[in-house]
Amino acid sequence: MKTVTFVVDGVDRVLDATGHANLMQVAVENDIPTIEGECGGDMTCGTCHVYLESTPEGYDAPRGADEEDMLEVVEAPTEASRLACQLPVDESVGGLRLRVPT
Amino acid sequence: MTEVNPDERSVVNEVLIVGAGHAGVALAVALVKADHPGTVTLIGDEPCLPYERPPLTKRLLYGTSAVAVPLRSAEYWERSPVVLRTGERVVAVDPERRTVRTAGGSTVGYGSLVWAAGGRAAACGLPGEELHGVHTLRDHGDLTALRADLTGARRAVVIGGGYIGLEAAAALRTLGVAVTVVEVAPRLLARVTGSVVSGFFTALHRGQGVDVRSGTGVAAILGRDGRATGVRLGDDTTLPADVVIVGVGMRPTVAALVAARARGDAGGIDVDAECRTSLPGVYAIGDCARQPNPWSEHGGAMRVESVHNAGQHASAVARAIAGLPPLDPAPPRFWSTQYGRELRTVGLPAPTDEQVARGDPALGDFSVAYLRDGRLAALDAVDRPRDFARAQALVAARWCPPDPEVLASPDRDLPRLTPAAT
Repeated sequence: MKTVTFVVDGVDRVLDATGHANLMQVAVENDIPTIEGECGGDMTCGTCHVYLESTPEGYDAPRGADEEDMLEVVEAPTEASRLACQLPVDESVGGLRLRVPT
Repeated sequence: MTEVNPDERSVVNEVLIVGAGHAGVALAVALVKADHPGTVTLIGDEPCLPYERPPLTKRLLYGTSAVAVPLRSAEYWERSPVVLRTGERVVAVDPERRTVRTAGGSTVGYGSLVWAAGGRAAACGLPGEELHGVHTLRDHGDLTALRADLTGARRAVVIGGGYIGLEAAAALRTLGVAVTVVEVAPRLLARVTGSVVSGFFTALHRGQGVDVRSGTGVAAILGRDGRATGVRLGDDTTLPADVVIVGVGMRPTVAALVAARARGDAGGIDVDAECRTSLPGVYAIGDCARQPNPWSEHGGAMRVESVHNAGQHASAVARAIAGLPPLDPAPPRFWSTQYGRELRTVGLPAPTDEQVARGDPALGDFSVAYLRDGRLAALDAVDRPRDFARAQALVAARWCPPDPEVLASPDRDLPRLTPAAT
């Protein structure tokens, strides 16, 4: 199981990411608040901002330059900020934990 | 005192969304996320599940797969409390009884009606428009028909040099089809951008082998045995073509609301900042809604055709239905991809704006800042995502660049403003 956890208002939402390309899609399919995914993953909208809380061992998805730029438009960015569309669902994603802005 | 029919009383919280495109789906989802207490019904006239429109003129046209990209999976809709009705067209609205009627003859009541019906590709009105081989490109059915016709096609003429026409031209070049783009205005993309960006895209297409003819009208689409064979231009030149693509804009689908006496006309339904029409309990959102726009040249009412606008409208109506105050509007934004080059726009460039280029369009990545009364009104960024990102807050704040040198220096970043709360 590719289980990932979205923390929404302090409550864990544990979701199966199987079958999705990235964590924005997982959030959108599960009506996670604040995640819109308006541009479909082209990094043009900044509407899938999340805070990465912990990544499983072996999960490697560093922030790219374009993503850094888009993270400037989101509200309350931190060192942990990511665009969920840039977090792929791969073999090592299970156990990943992130928090959505409130 | 008005007598209230018990059936009507029970529907006060029922939201009926007509149109299952980006705007309609975004609203349905927003209402579900907000735990809306009543039923949400989403009626769309296309037979398939709601899908993403932007890929239709891009990878679905030139790629290996033409399968629509669903906005949500089939499982999502099965799980969702939203009642999704596909393949049904709403043909009449009764604002007194608060009901709509579908083409199939069923009547659906509403507490709030949200008209998100979008529009249809505009007809070009030319002789020969009805011939086989002549296509518009607005929905997935159009895409399927066009792709079927592209098998074996060698030459295409694209009528209209806007986003749709140019993205289609780029896709067809990628497929190896010889393409001519005919645009009646003096330059490409004249309605949506300035002369610098128009010049860049003209050169880009020509560099890819497209025959770009601006300032050129079309007199007729020619055909034989019911099939298009080419077009005749205003100057009597004939261009042979196996396929003709007409990309001359869209016409909003608003007849039923106009007939119900909502304020507006064939050019759009007039709405306020919260997307309310002149009819009680009736909203209009997305491509078909005409709204005062603080980012337009004179602040006048206009329709905005974009995914971003659809989302903004959906969010505004979700808040209005929940009784929440409106948020400050964000500047419009748009994007277009052609031959792998990404144009991203924030704001609404106007013909009279002063254009300041950041970088040389002839050399590659560049942006154009549009100044209106000395303030940043809009920005086009071609493969400069940082400019696009920073310009959103700057345009929203109507930033006044203190030093024009900074603006014109591509190596010096635009200042970073803290984004306004959204």
